Amino acid sequence: MFYLDKEKLGLPGKQEPQLQAADSEVPDWPSRFKVLHQHAKDKRLQAFYDAGVVAGDTPLAETPLLAVDFETTGFNPRKNSIVSIGLVPMTLKRIRCHAAKHWIVKPLSGLSQESVVIHGITHSEIQHAPDLSQVIDELLQAFAGHVMVVHHRGIERPFLNEALKARLGEGIEFPVIDTMELEARLHRQKRLSWWQRFLGRQPLSIRLADSRNRYHLPWYRPHDALTDALATGELLQAQVAHRFTPETPINDLWK
Amino acid sequence: MEAEHLEIVDFLRRFPPFSKLPEEVLAKTASHVEVGYFKEGEQILEFGQSIDALHVVRSGAVEVFRRNGDLYNRLSEGGFFGEFGLLRNGKVRFPAVALEDSLIYFLPEAVFTELFENHELFADAVEVEDRTRLRQAVSRREDANQLMTSRVIRLVTREPVTIESTLSVRAAAQRMSEEKVSSLLITDTESQDIVGIITDKDLRNRVVAAGLGYDLPVSEIMSVNLITINARQFVFEAMLEMLRHNRHHLPVMRHGKALGVVALADIIRYESQNSLFVVSSIFRQHNIEELSTLAKDVKASFVRMVNEDANSHMIGSAMAVIGRSFKQRLLELGEELLGPPPVPYCFLALGSMARDEQTLVTDQDNAMILDNRFDPKEHDEYFFKLAEFVSNGLAACGYTYCSGDIMATNKTWRQPLKVWEKYFSDWIGHPDPAALLHSSIFFDLDGVWGKVEWADKLNDLIHRNTQRNPRFLACMARNALNRTPPLGFFKDFVMEKDGKHNNSINMKRRGTAPVADLIRVHALAVGSKSRNSFERLQDIIAANILPSGRGQDIRDALELISRVRIRHQALAVEEGREPNNNVAPENLSDFERKNLKDAFQILSNAQKFLKFRYPL
Repeated sequence: MFYLDKEKLGLPGKQEPQLQAADSEVPDWPSRFKVLHQHAKDKRLQAFYDAGVVAGDTPLAETPLLAVDFETTGFNPRKNSIVSIGLVPMTLKRIRCHAAKHWIVKPLSGLSQESVVIHGITHSEIQHAPDLSQVIDELLQAFAGHVMVVHHRGIERPFLNEALKARLGEGIEFPVIDTMELEARLHRQKRLSWWQRFLGRQPLSIRLADSRNRYHLPWYRPHDALTDALATGELLQAQVAHRFTPETPINDLWK
Repeated sequence: MEAEHLEIVDFLRRFPPFSKLPEEVLAKTASHVEVGYFKEGEQILEFGQSIDALHVVRSGAVEVFRRNGDLYNRLSEGGFFGEFGLLRNGKVRFPAVALEDSLIYFLPEAVFTELFENHELFADAVEVEDRTRLRQAVSRREDANQLMTSRVIRLVTREPVTIESTLSVRAAAQRMSEEKVSSLLITDTESQDIVGIITDKDLRNRVVAAGLGYDLPVSEIMSVNLITINARQFVFEAMLEMLRHNRHHLPVMRHGKALGVVALADIIRYESQNSLFVVSSIFRQHNIEELSTLAKDVKASFVRMVNEDANSHMIGSAMAVIGRSFKQRLLELGEELLGPPPVPYCFLALGSMARDEQTLVTDQDNAMILDNRFDPKEHDEYFFKLAEFVSNGLAACGYTYCSGDIMATNKTWRQPLKVWEKYFSDWIGHPDPAALLHSSIFFDLDGVWGKVEWADKLNDLIHRNTQRNPRFLACMARNALNRTPPLGFFKDFVMEKDGKHNNSINMKRRGTAPVADLIRVHALAVGSKSRNSFERLQDIIAANILPSGRGQDIRDALELISRVRIRHQALAVEEGREPNNNVAPENLSDFERKNLKDAFQILSNAQKFLKFRYPL
């Protein structure tokens, strides 16, 4: 999850990161994986695509899920790097902490002072951390066969795509359920009317902590990739409990 | 490498029984946790389904039910459930429903089993049987003997009395007489260090019997190889030292300086007669004003017994003996003031004092039986004045007037024996609710002064007429159900059976009193002549009228509730507040909460059994 103050990053002062329009198309993931499998050159990527993905009409309850969170040095996948990765496998019923994974990796770009403060990851930890290339095997094995669960798909997918391009010469695609987007469906359906703006109404925050709060989930200390992955997984369970059913097809949710 | 689940570790660390686990075990436990979300109203566990994890409430609230649909418990953050099923046969025994949106942490069975087997405190906390846990809680405290837990410094009541070694034996003896001490520490004239000790016995054996002169310097006859004890050592260690070295006096030292002297007599008095000490001073006071100064000593001896882990029976008896002594001394003084009584009488103690279950917060329930020759016109003025004298005296000593006016100053309760006999015959013969209103007071009676055998007569009458009187027993049983225990605690509230919340609980009205009431019914049914609830329970258990083990359960429940009540009174005294019977849940330890809930459950079941055992 990315928490840095936008102003500190010199980004336009938007409330939340925006998604690119192209991202809103939902591919037919099983056939997309077949194509990607044929084109992939790296053995590990081939194996990842070969593991396939569930069919679009699979009920949520039967879909293997993996909650994922990256801590990054900034917002731009081309300029900034991944600092840490948290993964927790889950189903709708149970999030399994025992199979969780947590890595700190050495970013290609330097670590800014702000990132040190925010993530609590220090320069010395980074110095002794491996490069992402050393965890790719394990990472892709954990990803294989799962639908990823993230809060704001503008981070995890593009950052991993760029990181792999830089290291393997080819990127990666995979289906995600974006818990932030599920919140946006509810709270960003239409813009506030001029009257609401006149009254000074703010749109409801769809950030992770605020979204969790709406479902009466407890407050977790942010900025730890593993905790944020867990927090995202719990949010999905809550969203489904309140707004969907275990029988809802994965097609309705994934991107 | 196992991932570190900081948030989960931090959460578990905040709640027992996990808070007692070593850090590395906690981290390992956290790494095995599974998580699930349940929306408000959702069923978490159904009866009979298989269960594979201990359920811990991370956030929200959960209600746990009995199979018949009765609410069993309501849990908030940190509460856990599912342990019964896990420890029994892996099937859910108590279904659970999310009362609010709830996040549950699951502790898989393998991890739970490992914790249960390897960590005693964890096992105690989740023990299957309510009553087993309660018994452990009660017995663990009973093991603590006051000799083993009290430190020597408690016995030091004054600075040491000393004399310089160059002074004469006569001067030393004079000093001891003036100061009323049985030993004297001898100091070096220059350094002022303690160099020896002399005792009464030394004066006898080494001076008088040996025919030495009284002008001899005291250094000639003192014992020089001093056996001392550190102020922080335990009383029992002091006793062992005395036995080992055959000494009756030990200087008590701290940082090389004598703080005082502890004598064998101090230990003996401390161990067995500490409340008798208060009692003996009661009989040395000459008027109400002097007596009232003892109220603080009564409180102090109460607090001391609580801090020494005395059980409720010991404390209740000691307080009752003290209360009786006040009455006796006041009657003695009253008779001195008003002259001898015109006809014989008996002064009665009723209720908790008669049962030897008194605490600090108590009102004066008392009454008078007068001789059958009593003539109101001629005699009543005397007895009214006497009753008034005693009642005002008791009030001055901290025993508040009875709010229900059950006192000998009330004419109804100041009557000849034949009237009392008629009272009891009527109550027993026509046990309507109004008649039984005061049964918890009048059916526990004890003579404290005068013709105490009349109290025995009334007790005999009660036993004769109630034991084989199913109608009366059924009415008493109904009456004993008037006051019920709460279900347990939720957050900082007392939770009632209907799910409503209260801010505090009256531990007498909702705890000790209903237990004493139900024990009384069984006691009357089996013809027990005991008055103390614990002694009555022994008679009841021996008579075999309860299902096996239930009598012991009731005993444990009464002991636990009594101790919580007593402990909170002692705490109030120590903090300079006026003690009362109300306890707020936020002042209960987790240990007390868990065990109180069990005790309330036992009480509730025992009340149900009462209805069944004595049908109308």
